[in-house]
Amino acid sequence: MIRSELVQKIADENPHLYQRDVERIVNTIFEEIINAMADGNRVELRGFGAFSVKKRDARIGRNPRTGESVKVEEKHVPFFKTGKLLRDRLNGK
Amino acid sequence: MSEKTLTRMDLSEAVFREVGLSRNESAQLVESVLNHMSDALVRGESVKISSFGTFGVRDKAARIGRNPKTGQEVPIHPRRVLTFRPSHLMKDRVAAGNKR
Repeated sequence: MIRSELVQKIADENPHLYQRDVERIVNTIFEEIINAMADGNRVELRGFGAFSVKKRDARIGRNPRTGESVKVEEKHVPFFKTGKLLRDRLNGK
Repeated sequence: MSEKTLTRMDLSEAVFREVGLSRNESAQLVESVLNHMSDALVRGESVKISSFGTFGVRDKAARIGRNPKTGQEVPIHPRRVLTFRPSHLMKDRVAAGNKR
């Protein structure tokens, strides 16, 4: 399923909404999640899962081609943990 | 930076502000989006949201696990797990936003 198919499903269920409003709704949801994480916040969607930010410490990396050592700075990465309900549903429970 | 936790309520509030539907309808739409994504994943489909990320389902084989407290061996049954791969845009914005 891709974004446009998701929009189409929601539009089909809500014939009173314009397609472009459904697009804005779907985009707003994903945009809001990214904004929250960019601000260092978590987004917890019970039953579905939680988006959070994890810190990766600075480390000495290595260029695999040349073997040369390179400094990799501390950085923050997005992380998703599946919710219990969805995990159970994936396994037919 | 003090960490906040956003919930469905915050997402529906954002939809409410952006589109001007009722709060109730905004909340229902957030729920529908999550439900359609979950249903697709349960069917074994991947969900690709451009500039956000990709959710996929992977099959894990059975293995012997161990209770770390007691050292006792326990069988872990084959199962399906969800993976999320963030888009470059998400990674870049999260990295830039959290930089000191």
